Amino acid sequence: MGLFDDFAKQRVFAVQEFTLLSSRALGNVFRSPHYATDIVRQMDFIGFGSLPIVVLTGFFTGAVLALQSANTLSTFGETSLTGQLVMLSLVRELGPVLTSLMVAGRNSSGMASELGSMVVSEQIDAMRALGTDPSKKLVTPRLVATVLMLPMLTIISDFMGLLGGFATSFFIIRLNPGQYWYSAYQSLEFEDVFQGLLKPFVFAFIVALVGCYYGLTTTGGTQGVGRSTTQAVVAASVLILVSDFFLTKIILWLLA
Amino acid sequence: MTERLAQETVVEFDRVTLRFETKAVLREISFTLQRGETKIVLGAAGSGKSVLLKLTMGLWQPDSGRITVLGEEISHRGEDELFVVRRKIGMVFQEGALFDSLTIGENVGYVFERLPAVSPEEAERRAREALRFVELEQTFDLYPSQLSGGMRRRVAIARAVVGQPELMLYDSPTAGLDPITAARIMTLIVKQRDVGRVSSLLVTHRVQDAIQMARSYYDARQENLLPAGQDGARRDTHTRFLVLREGELVFHGSLEELAAQRDPYLQEFLA
Repeated sequence: MGLFDDFAKQRVFAVQEFTLLSSRALGNVFRSPHYATDIVRQMDFIGFGSLPIVVLTGFFTGAVLALQSANTLSTFGETSLTGQLVMLSLVRELGPVLTSLMVAGRNSSGMASELGSMVVSEQIDAMRALGTDPSKKLVTPRLVATVLMLPMLTIISDFMGLLGGFATSFFIIRLNPGQYWYSAYQSLEFEDVFQGLLKPFVFAFIVALVGCYYGLTTTGGTQGVGRSTTQAVVAASVLILVSDFFLTKIILWLLA
Repeated sequence: MTERLAQETVVEFDRVTLRFETKAVLREISFTLQRGETKIVLGAAGSGKSVLLKLTMGLWQPDSGRITVLGEEISHRGEDELFVVRRKIGMVFQEGALFDSLTIGENVGYVFERLPAVSPEEAERRAREALRFVELEQTFDLYPSQLSGGMRRRVAIARAVVGQPELMLYDSPTAGLDPITAARIMTLIVKQRDVGRVSSLLVTHRVQDAIQMARSYYDARQENLLPAGQDGARRDTHTRFLVLREGELVFHGSLEELAAQRDPYLQEFLA
């Protein structure tokens, strides 16, 4: 019972700490000082740095999606709808979720390990001793940069997925290129774009805040840094998938 | 009289207790540090020495008791309020705690980021001056990873003194260093005490450093440490000792008083 109590207390305490960190990081957006250089540096690291994995993931997801869907659609003699299926699957779900998962794998872990190393080497304490609030200097720039970059990366990933789907349709399934692009374009509606961009916006908060939270709460030296890094990736990935379900439910309810 | 005394007391701990979960890391600690005085904090690993410094800096908050630093009660203050006090304190962390992503010059001048009144030119001039104090001006454009452990520790001292603090906190500044580098760092610390007349709290495991601090003074002409009683007239180095054991203050006094103690724990330190 005691063990259960301790575990429950730790979890509640973690939620409280995470909520406090999140509210401080958000509040800092409206409080000076603002670290514009750090935001730009993080945008470069998170946005430009994640480009190769996002491009590759998007392209091959679209390619395999076209391959699988064409196989099923051919049963009904509707392979011409491949473009539509690829487009909707990518824009509504796979683009935002896979891009966020990839960015979480790369950046939540990066944030957790960088901030964790700063904690164990007392750099965070030194920063506070020198009059800088670590949540302003370290967390808010990462949050702002991720919120700005993740939707853009998702758009790029969606586009690359469409290209991948087109490559499969044209070179393997031998579909008419015009047919692919026409069915893809015609199927897209405002609601799809809306949810396709709202999701990465929400996921960006998870990627940045989870990474920073695990980094800043690191204990136990270098071993602790490794543990925080793993926990950050696992927690961010699970939270993205879970929140995707609820977000989709809410969006569908709103749009209905 | 009261006002005069209040002005002279730089740090005051009044029955300070801090717990980590159920374990008391510091228990009912009370002491004062006067202006110009140095207190050397001795104790075994885990006795609460570094915690004492972090409480003085306001990095942690006590569970009970009051901490007054430079006339301000800091026990339960927010980060922004604490900055007013912290800018008058210099702290040297155990491993230096330099920012890896910044150059040495940027590390040393970091404190001026929060002080818009200091122009970038003035900040650079003062950062160079502080680096000259530790004889490392040539490292201004290098990164911490390009320096040895001892050099990083000296840069940490430069970063701590650049804001001309009224109080210095040293957390094991010579731990893990070779004797030559350790002696060099101790010279800088005594120089800061005697030339700058700065009050300080020094945490150390190395009793030889503590004894050197208590029995030496910095001679500006020879640019070296000399024994305090060398020229017949015994100089007061204003250095006293605090000894912690498992979070409790077990001794507070001069080196001579410490040497006269019969407690086995205290004798072990001087053995």
